[in-house]
Formats: sequence, structure tokens, C-alpha cells
Amino acid sequence: MDIEKQKSEMTDTIAKFIKYFGKILPDDIQKKLKELAEQEESPMAKLTYDTMFKNQELARDLDRPSCQDTGVIQFFAKVGTKFPLIDHLEEIFTNAVLKATKEAPLRHNSVQTFDEYNTGTNVGYRTPSINYEIIPNSDEINLDIYMAGGGCTLPGKAMVLMPGEGYEGATKFILDQMTSYGLNACPPLLVGVGIATSVETAAVLSKKALMRPLGSHNPNPKAAMMEEELEKSINAIGLGPQGFSGANSVMGVHIENAARHPSTIGIAVNTGCWSHRRGNIIFHPDLSYEITSHKEVVL
Amino acid sequence: MKKVISTPISDETLKDIHAGDVIYLDGHIVTCRDVAHRRLIEYGREIPVDLAGGAIFHAGPIVRKKDEDHYEMVSIGPTTSMRMEKFEKEFIKQTGVKLIVGKGGMGADTVEGCMNYKAIHCVFPAGCAVLAATEVEEIENAEWMDLGMPETLWVCRVKEFGPLIVSIDTHGGNLFESNKIIFNEKKDKQFEEISKKLKFIK
Repeated sequence: MDIEKQKSEMTDTIAKFIKYFGKILPDDIQKKLKELAEQEESPMAKLTYDTMFKNQELARDLDRPSCQDTGVIQFFAKVGTKFPLIDHLEEIFTNAVLKATKEAPLRHNSVQTFDEYNTGTNVGYRTPSINYEIIPNSDEINLDIYMAGGGCTLPGKAMVLMPGEGYEGATKFILDQMTSYGLNACPPLLVGVGIATSVETAAVLSKKALMRPLGSHNPNPKAAMMEEELEKSINAIGLGPQGFSGANSVMGVHIENAARHPSTIGIAVNTGCWSHRRGNIIFHPDLSYEITSHKEVVL
Repeated sequence: MKKVISTPISDETLKDIHAGDVIYLDGHIVTCRDVAHRRLIEYGREIPVDLAGGAIFHAGPIVRKKDEDHYEMVSIGPTTSMRMEKFEKEFIKQTGVKLIVGKGGMGADTVEGCMNYKAIHCVFPAGCAVLAATEVEEIENAEWMDLGMPETLWVCRVKEFGPLIVSIDTHGGNLFESNKIIFNEKKDKQFEEISKKLKFIK
């Protein structure tokens, strides 16, 4: 197959997948929302979950994006150095976004900064946003694609603490975001935390944490313990669905970490809303693919 | 039984509605968000739709062109209302709008505006944008289209639009602010307990 044909095949597959996960939530999220809904007793929380489930059914039946805010499209790519289309990825991702935007249709969410106009295509300067990790000697690409909506992007915050403030300070930072901004970010939330050395190292990790499947844990036992403790604590605050109060607050808490400078603790928090539109797709060198986030998908 | 109110909305109708109630809307609702608020309040540009007795929706929808003059509502859900907090009190005063629908709570200024000029703020469950779109019968008009799809004023005729959970009423009630007090108390207690377990730096 010539290169142009390969590019167009990969572009089409990604565009179809974006359209699909804009209306169907990942398997893990669907399962978790059902579990959380069953634990609610207040009429308002029940009405809210019922409305959410009814909406997801309608999105599937009417073939429309389930939430109007289809976000800025973000790509987190783990790229094998031997993947045949490695030289063309940005072009492929951008064209896939343009195509999905027309066909789904997705909302136009790219406003050029300083010149302050909406491009009307969902593509702009440095968007879609792309983050690469290199996988040596692999001929595959593992892609997490995410619709970053405005509401759940707003609670994002990063800062650098002094070591004297410790993990306790980091915890306070996270909890404070939950009861201020988190409330309006469409709970139950998925909370991503980055702990590293500076604002940008922590911030990137906090978003990558949101790409992990629900139920996964940080490999470090202490970090995993902190994930569980934070989940219990934030749930005990009882934000409930949409912040109306209820039995829980979050779908999970994921922490990603890196070593730090002895003088600093970089901490960042990012949130995903209940409508956590994430897709994971792995392309092999012949462009056949597996989708891990949605088992029943047929593109 | 569903409590349904219709536009134009009177002060009398709003008197018996309280924070925490669930209502539905018949009539018209106009999408109106960041830049439209800024244009009226900061630049003094009159909103090109009569909102007296009417309803606005903090929302930026996905619409599809049906033909030269007609648009179809594909997906419409609320956006974060707090972004409009700095404008809303004055907005209510100048336009005479009676119902504001959005996401999450609003602050003290909006509460004051709702009390003084008789208006309420409600939440449409967020992320439920296809459901909301199916409750829009028709897009009757569109103004300020230069703002792009999310910010255009889309004038929608709606039927039993909801559920709308009342977050601010005309009596000073604010559902989210009362919840926040409880959430913050619980948070402080949780912090005390969890911080004992996270003393990794020794």
C-alpha cells in the first residue's frame, strides 16, 4: 500500500473512533456510573443519574455527540520508533479531527489566542494538542484520545510546594479544588494528580493520569495507598452527581509521579467529568488495530 | 406531577419556587454566554432579542444547517454559569430576564440580582445534551452569528424543557452555597484524618 493510502486509512479510522467515543462512554466508565448510581438514595441524585443514563441512550440511538462540549481533542501517543507512519502523525491527527468535526458533528472549540476568533474547524495553532512518548524498537503506536471539555478543564491547577508542606500540603491542595471548582465540573469526577518537581512536569502527569483505565493503580504501593485514601476522602465529602450532594463524589483518583528536586514538590490536579470521553486504540504496522477502551465497538 | 412554567414568566409564578425544586419550561429560551454578557455590560451593546419575562441558557450548542435559513439543534447542554457571575446581576436588571439556566452554582451578586429584580437560576443536568436537544422543538432565530457556533444567540422554542433544578430562588436561597458549607465542613474533617496517613517525608 502506498504511503498516501496508508495515511488516509489511519486518518479515517481515527476520525470514526473519535465520532464513536463522542457518543459512547468507555466500558469502565459505564460500569462505574451504574455502580455509583445504585448507591444513591436521595430523589435528586436518582433523578440526575436517570437523566444522565437517558441521555446516553439517546446519544446512541440518534447518533449524536452525547455532550455538546466535545472539547479540545488531545492525543497522547506512545509511538514506536519503527511505526511506519511516524513521520506523518501530526498531519494524520489533524486531518482526523477535521473529518470527525464535520461528520459527527463536533463543536468548534478552537479559539486562536490573541487574535481571538474561533477557527470554525476545531483545529488551530498547536491544536489538536499532541503529546508524544517514544517507544524504542516498537513498530506500533498506542493512542489515547481525549475530548477535554471546558467544564472539567477549569478545575485544573498546578503549583510548587516547599518540601515542608509535604504530601499533606499536596492533599490539601487537591481537596480544596474539589469543593471549589470540582463541584461545577460535572461530578462524579475522575481526578488526576501529578506529583513531580515543577508545574509543567506535574501538570502533564496529572492529565496522563486521566488516561489510565478505572481500577488501575500507581505501581508504587505508597502512591497507590494515597490514591485509595484520596478516593475515600473525596467520596466522603459527598458532592454527588452534578454537585447536588449524594453518596459519592468521584469515579476514581489516579496519581502519576516523577522524582523531584530536593527543594520542591510540584503538584497538579486535573479532572475528568462523568462524561469521560476517552478512547484507546493501538495500531499495528499494517494499520490493523485493537480498541481497548470500548470492547464492543465496530468502526 | 411535573411543575411546568411558561414564558413570558411573571414575578408571581416565581414566588412559589424554591431552591431545590424541580421545574420544566414551555416557550422560548435563548442561548447566551460569555461574550454576549460582555457585549451588553461592558460595551453597552443591546441584546438583539427581547428577554423581558424570558429565559436564557448558558450554553454553547452544536447546531446543523438544514437549509439556507434553518438550523437543527444537535446537542445542547449547560456550560459553567459561574463564568457569567461578574455580569449577571446587571444583566438581569437591564434585560428583565426571569429564568437563567446553566451549570453549577452562581454567587452572591446573582443572588442579589435574583432577589431585587425577581429571577431564578436553574441547573440542567450537565452533559445531558442530546436529551436537551430533543426538548428543543425548533430554532426560530439566530443573532450575533459573528460570535461563532458556541456563542451565537440561538432562540429556541422548547417543550417541557428540563429537568431544571432550582439553584437560586427569588427569596435569597442558594442550593450550591448551602451545599458548599456542608462540603467544606466534611472536607476539613477528612483532611485531618487523611493527612496523618501521608507522612512520607520523615
